Amino acid sequence: MFDKNKLEEIKLEKEKWAEEKVKKAISRFPERKETFRTGSNLEVDRLYTPEDIQDIDYMEKLGFPGEYPFTRGVQPTMYRGRLWTMRQYAGFATAEESNKRYKYLLEQGQTGLSVAFDLPTQIGYDSDHPLSQGEVGKVGVAIDSLKDMEILFEGIPLDKVSTSMTINAPAAILLAMYIALAEKQGITPDGLSGTIQNDILKEYIARGTYIFPPEPSMRLITDIFEYCSAHMPKWNTISISGYHIREAGATAVQEVAFTLANGIAYVEAAIKAGLSVDDFAPRLSFFFNAHNDLLEEVAKFRAARRLWAKIMKQRFKAQNPKSMMLRFHTQTAGSTLTAQQPDNNIVRVAIQALAAVLGGTQSLHTNSRDEALALPSEDSVRIALRTQQIIAHESGVAETVDPLAGSYYVESLTNAIEQKAMEYIEKIDKLGGAPKAIEKGFIQQEIQNSAYNYQMAVEQGKRIVVGVNKFKIEEEAPKGLLKVDPAVGKLQEQKIKQLKASRDNMQVSAVLQELKDWAKTNNNLMPVIIRCVKAYCTLGEICDALRTVFGEYKASINI
Amino acid sequence: MTGSKTIRVLIAKPGLDGHDRGAKVVARAMRDAGMEVIYTGLRQTPEQIVEAAIQEDVDCVSMSILSGAHNHLFPKVVKLLREKGGEDILVVGGGVIPEEDIPGLKEAGIAEIFTPGTPTGVTIDFITKNIKRN
Repeated sequence: MFDKNKLEEIKLEKEKWAEEKVKKAISRFPERKETFRTGSNLEVDRLYTPEDIQDIDYMEKLGFPGEYPFTRGVQPTMYRGRLWTMRQYAGFATAEESNKRYKYLLEQGQTGLSVAFDLPTQIGYDSDHPLSQGEVGKVGVAIDSLKDMEILFEGIPLDKVSTSMTINAPAAILLAMYIALAEKQGITPDGLSGTIQNDILKEYIARGTYIFPPEPSMRLITDIFEYCSAHMPKWNTISISGYHIREAGATAVQEVAFTLANGIAYVEAAIKAGLSVDDFAPRLSFFFNAHNDLLEEVAKFRAARRLWAKIMKQRFKAQNPKSMMLRFHTQTAGSTLTAQQPDNNIVRVAIQALAAVLGGTQSLHTNSRDEALALPSEDSVRIALRTQQIIAHESGVAETVDPLAGSYYVESLTNAIEQKAMEYIEKIDKLGGAPKAIEKGFIQQEIQNSAYNYQMAVEQGKRIVVGVNKFKIEEEAPKGLLKVDPAVGKLQEQKIKQLKASRDNMQVSAVLQELKDWAKTNNNLMPVIIRCVKAYCTLGEICDALRTVFGEYKASINI
Repeated sequence: MTGSKTIRVLIAKPGLDGHDRGAKVVARAMRDAGMEVIYTGLRQTPEQIVEAAIQEDVDCVSMSILSGAHNHLFPKVVKLLREKGGEDILVVGGGVIPEEDIPGLKEAGIAEIFTPGTPTGVTIDFITKNIKRN
């Protein structure tokens, strides 16, 4: 990007500066540390100059927003056209309670819904299952059947909102419920917009809500790809998630590498199932974490976009530019929130949210200050949403596209992250791809090592966490934390009892049998799952039917 | 504990939540501190945890929950341990656990609760000083 003579001059001047100015400064005031590192342990130089980015060919590496390789963003005008979607992940207790929270969030100016399901729902157990005891309605809303979905979205027109559902192993079933519910509102599937997480590989790696073994799980995913490419052009069929991988302890480089490696596995599975890449790839979406190291995170998002574009174009020969676009949701980093001095978390979240916006996110969830203590209270959720609104309307960062491009530091970090992530992907390819690397425990082990190193650095004081290992104060226990009524479990159990007494149970057994029969063939399962939910089969019944055919996943344990 | 016998700890994840970063980090720190550590893996019922604790003849059961089900599951493990002859096994817990729940959990027999931000050394120290078996 610079002419040779100028670069030579800069290089000489830099050497002179280091010799004359820096040495003198250091002799009087030594630097704070021997070496400086990013939050993810990449070494940071004292100063970056044009020398560090001299190899960047602008058109090849950066280009223009909305154009390959999308380093500068996926839309030509980015936030000048439309701000990112402010989407707070919410849901707890019963469908009735969660419906109230959604209406509150929409009134407060939120622009999309994001449904949190409780763990029994995510693992395919009804609320009355023995393993559900104590967990019903705890980390999200309990959904046992289409009846609960009807209550959850009561008074919310599904063609007017976009809905994101954090559901993985039983994603096909919840999607089927959403389709059936829309039909009752008079809306056809092509009018629906939203996302299902539907990313099973990272469940095996980091999040733990798996049900079936990898092979049938991948089949359910490709069935969804196929169904949606024909019927739901505005639906994101998967949200390939680095978020949980990062929360489990991965570095920024590992987050990009393992997420894109999983992405490659899904694309390969879909192609193997007979789909053509440009039919499904435009609806793939991603989900990343935003940590505290502001500039490293910005570089991470940019590197991920460039790397995915290259993979889709070169490796999978995609033709449609939309297939090459890495569109993503971001959530601020739960694992960075501290139980100590929880108000400090507001500041952390603001920095992380800023990173996501400077990195070009399509939607954003900002965490609440009290999440290291409990589910967030309404006051805390409002501050979190206001943080996004302040960034959007007061900070000025949304007024131009990709404002940090050209920063010597950010560009060289973008290069470094891309390159190191690519090295990991090559290693995973050699192991036989992400599913094999997971089976061998490689990815899990790499993440665990990073998590342990981080914890030790904090305990040894090499890494400062304000309020935890430095700047501590005596504190009183915080008040006003949200508590989920333990009666929720009983309430859901009653609802299931009533449902089972009032539905057509003959029809229920017939469709469940049909589902089992289809599961043994190669037929796309979506139509029969839709029939099951419409007959008010419960989530647990549908998952049990599939369990009898598919079996269950057993994790191998390494520590 | 006189140091004559290696301390054996069962790290357990009761309930359905899949967040085991903390459990694994603590497990490794214990191992580095010279303890023998067994990790149950995810989604263990109280019955499975107690069975493993007794079969493995551990000195301590250290549980982690981040889903909010601690009030239901932690006491159940203690109760079952007592029924099965494991009353001398030290039980501790950790995770996202509100301050106000801690007194009730201690009353139910959980010796200590370690909340976010606790250095691994504190947990290891506590276990070393409080195990009941010789």
